[in-house]
Amino acid sequence: MIVRIEKCMHCGGCVGTCPQNAIYLNEVVLEFNERCNRCGRCVKFCPVAALKLEAKA
Amino acid sequence: MRTDYDVIVVGAGPAGSVTAYHAAKKGASVLLIEKRQEIGSSLRCAEGISRGGLKKAGIELDRKWVATDIAGAKLVSPNGSLFRLDEKHAGNEVGMVLERHLFDKAMAARAARAGAEIKVKTAATGLMIEDGTVKGVKGISFGEPFSYTAGCVVGADGYESQVGRWAGIDTTVKPSDITTCFQYRMTNLKSEPDFCEFVLGSAAPGGYLWIFPKGGDTANVGIGVLLSRVNKPAAAKWYLDEWIKKDPRLSCGQPLEAVAGAVSVSPPVEKAIGNGVLLVGDAARVIDPITGGGIANGCLQAVHAGEVLGECAQAGDFSEAALKKYEKLWRDDLENKLWRNWMAKEKLVTLSDATLDKIIETLSECDIKSMSVYNLLAALKSKMPELVKEFEEFI
Repeated sequence: MIVRIEKCMHCGGCVGTCPQNAIYLNEVVLEFNERCNRCGRCVKFCPVAALKLEAKA
Repeated sequence: MRTDYDVIVVGAGPAGSVTAYHAAKKGASVLLIEKRQEIGSSLRCAEGISRGGLKKAGIELDRKWVATDIAGAKLVSPNGSLFRLDEKHAGNEVGMVLERHLFDKAMAARAARAGAEIKVKTAATGLMIEDGTVKGVKGISFGEPFSYTAGCVVGADGYESQVGRWAGIDTTVKPSDITTCFQYRMTNLKSEPDFCEFVLGSAAPGGYLWIFPKGGDTANVGIGVLLSRVNKPAAAKWYLDEWIKKDPRLSCGQPLEAVAGAVSVSPPVEKAIGNGVLLVGDAARVIDPITGGGIANGCLQAVHAGEVLGECAQAGDFSEAALKKYEKLWRDDLENKLWRNWMAKEKLVTLSDATLDKIIETLSECDIKSMSVYNLLAALKSKMPELVKEFEEFI
């Protein structure tokens, strides 16, 4: 997942929206863990388009 | 330094602070932790609340955290039809728009005066769990790791709800029960200074646009869009910007703050308790699915949480069996209404703009005494019964 930190407003909405609990927000730092299965729900949720799926390697 | 408490509350929003207050008042030792450096900041709320909602939760009004009193409300349909209710003129109890950054601090201060200890810039990163029982919280405080033990850990950690997930409580919400929200606090507006306005229809797919006045020419101007209806990147912001551009009362305004966030519009969690753990507020999914309002429900639920935790502390028993009393008390107060409003929302989001126009026109012909979801649904039940037949037993 690409986090565009200049767009992110640290609202945490993606954290609660993630069905895998793969996202953690510690005040202002958004982190994704290995549970992320690229479902894209957080990308769709983000009110300011701060999240972007990386192209598959 | 103390490392063991009866109760550790994770999250110092209104639900967390009200829980901490009532638990401490009943003699429990309470630690309230907040991951942010300032309680009440940054804002993720439209700040509207009914006066009755706070009263029910035993919160005494203090003008210091009231931005403005609301004279009434307007529902606007897609074609611009208006249903307007002047609550003040009708002699009703009026609503308010809060200053959340002050309200949240006032609630935390009340908890502190009752004996709760507070730590800011202190994030929970996990739970200590032994044999299916939550025993405490691990986390980071000002960059230093800590682990504190507790009889009960309270997840008052909002929509993000980590505590519930760590404890194995299912708090997952499906896309049709999530709204993605964006708001500006705007100034130099020409909208009515003491009316709340709700705009329905395809301008905010599956949700609504709002203007909640903050005093003078300033207001919270925002939008919620249902996640299952999102059809473009940054949809919430896009729809809001489009509306502001088109409305001459708003396009002259300028932003003072931007706010993003998520609101669950779901039924409540199936289970809000476990051994040594309970959930309260947004984390327990008690936001009203029609209005998206969460403060009143969260605070009322928190009164029950705090009081039951106080009793548990006296008895030295924080087992799931002991916490069942909390589960029963809050469900008796809130559950029927939450399910009714969820069903009403499920219906509302299927309606076309033309039907919404007709609903608003119908409501404006009804003699509605005060603006509440119940009154609006009851009026529709008599005039457009087919709309509410799936859940009319709740009305």
